[in-house]
Amino acid sequence: MAKMGMCDCGPSYAGRRQRGGAFLDRLAGGLVHAMDRALDADDLARRDGLLQRLDPRVKLAGLLGLIVVAVFVKSLAVLGGLFLVAVALALPSQVSLSRLARQIWLKVLAFTVLIALPAVFLVPGTIVARVPILLWPVTLQGIRSATFLLGRAETAATFALLLILTTPWPHVLKALRVFRAPIVLVAVLGMTHRYIFVFLESASQMFASRRSRMVGPLSPSDRRRVATATAGVLLDKALGLSTEVQLAMASRGYRGEVRLIDDFHATPLDGVALAGFAAIASAALWLQA
Amino acid sequence: MTGSLERPVIPAFELVDVHYAYPGAPALQGLSLTIEPGQRVALLGANGSGKSTLLRLLDGLYFADRGTVSAFGEALSEARLQDDATAFAFRRRVGLVFQNPDVQLFCPTVFDELAFGPLQLGWAKDEIRDRVAATLAEFSIAHLKDRPPHRLSGGEKKRVALASVLILNPEVLLLDEPTAGLDPQSASELIDYLVKCQGSGRTVIAATHDLDIVEDIADRCFVLQSGRLAASGAASEILDDAALCRSAHIAHAHYHRHGDAVDHHHHHRHTSEAAHGGLPQAAAPTKASQTS
Repeated sequence: MAKMGMCDCGPSYAGRRQRGGAFLDRLAGGLVHAMDRALDADDLARRDGLLQRLDPRVKLAGLLGLIVVAVFVKSLAVLGGLFLVAVALALPSQVSLSRLARQIWLKVLAFTVLIALPAVFLVPGTIVARVPILLWPVTLQGIRSATFLLGRAETAATFALLLILTTPWPHVLKALRVFRAPIVLVAVLGMTHRYIFVFLESASQMFASRRSRMVGPLSPSDRRRVATATAGVLLDKALGLSTEVQLAMASRGYRGEVRLIDDFHATPLDGVALAGFAAIASAALWLQA
Repeated sequence: MTGSLERPVIPAFELVDVHYAYPGAPALQGLSLTIEPGQRVALLGANGSGKSTLLRLLDGLYFADRGTVSAFGEALSEARLQDDATAFAFRRRVGLVFQNPDVQLFCPTVFDELAFGPLQLGWAKDEIRDRVAATLAEFSIAHLKDRPPHRLSGGEKKRVALASVLILNPEVLLLDEPTAGLDPQSASELIDYLVKCQGSGRTVIAATHDLDIVEDIADRCFVLQSGRLAASGAASEILDDAALCRSAHIAHAHYHRHGDAVDHHHHHRHTSEAAHGGLPQAAAPTKASQTS
């Protein structure tokens, strides 16, 4: 039987174990943090704010409309204007800029830069600089293309996050059904939302359990093997639990339709908001034309 | 009309030669049993004996691979439950409380959780609000109304899970390990509730390992072993049959401490067995356990 404990690990053992433990700590902490953030988002949707006061149907139509405009707009200035509109909607809705930066802007930036960066060098046009040593040309048109991609992604993601943060998820689903989204799509979205929670909780428990049984350091290859096996088990386990949740819902009469105790009631504010969304979208399209 | 007086009682459930298997693992093998309306039934058996699978078959969540399951005199099949009206009528009459309340509580608040079932069945919203308020009060959980269910304690979750099913006032209540994970106080309250069901006309079918509660919550027991019916009878008869309990792995000999003495008991010895002599104190577990 392999030796366990601290006897023969020498002075470096504690450090190595700490690194392994710290990794699992970070992972478990990250999962708990993700759950907390999701719960926090649910709280935020029930607070009083500009977007929270709007009828979910108006919000869904308006914000999805602005996302479509942001994707198709061909003027950087207009795209910048739409981004400012998103920021302007966030502040009176109790969505802080730091939250947007943490949850969306930095993450979208990290992913989009990877995709957009080659365009800076590959799109032909006026050379404005060269990469030191490699001497790759940086073109004006390339920068413009990359900026468009980044701007569209950031703006669309900001509108989407505003919708999610200011609307309880079941209301989003019900609003989708009002707009005749297929029942299968809505049921899948509902299940996905629940699955994410089940997955996070299972993952958090599994990593805590694994950490409690970690008695020595693993080699990098062992660590990779364990991580792969754990991921497989976790997916299987979460899927099983998610199926149980679905059975529990079916047991109480759920057949895919979204039914809520709250009825949607449009108010004069919703009329103003709808007109506002339409005006912004029209202005954006007119200005870029 | 005198004919109505002679009409035979339609069983709540009737299973004939039911087989059900998970991929590569048979769960129920030729199970036949009848449960009369208003009966309080305990399903006993070791882990993997098929109790939970049976409950899901009775709730129309699983369907038999072979054999027939009838509910209220009509075949319970996947094809029949495809029809919305039939499915809603069935869900209105039969409610299942899952063993793990976490899978049963999926709404943002306790209020939404209780309203979920009635909403699916298309009740009027004002009626739902009234019924939710009444049920919250009945289960002493009104103070939890706006709390997210996943942030409740284990006992509170179980209580909410039970309330979320009983708000529909089903004729048949199916319970999977009702006292699992509950502290003694919460378990006792749940048992009190189930005891009150006696004579109410509600059929209660509980799968349990907890032999201490069987006589309180059930008049009749079915003992399952490897997916087959090993025995059935009155609760007291089944619990008195020590050989049956041991062979079905639902009872075991165990040790526990009375002051300085350590006794060796067989769980649920009623009349036929005496306690054995104790083991040396050092070898005995110190945990106090339930007495027979």
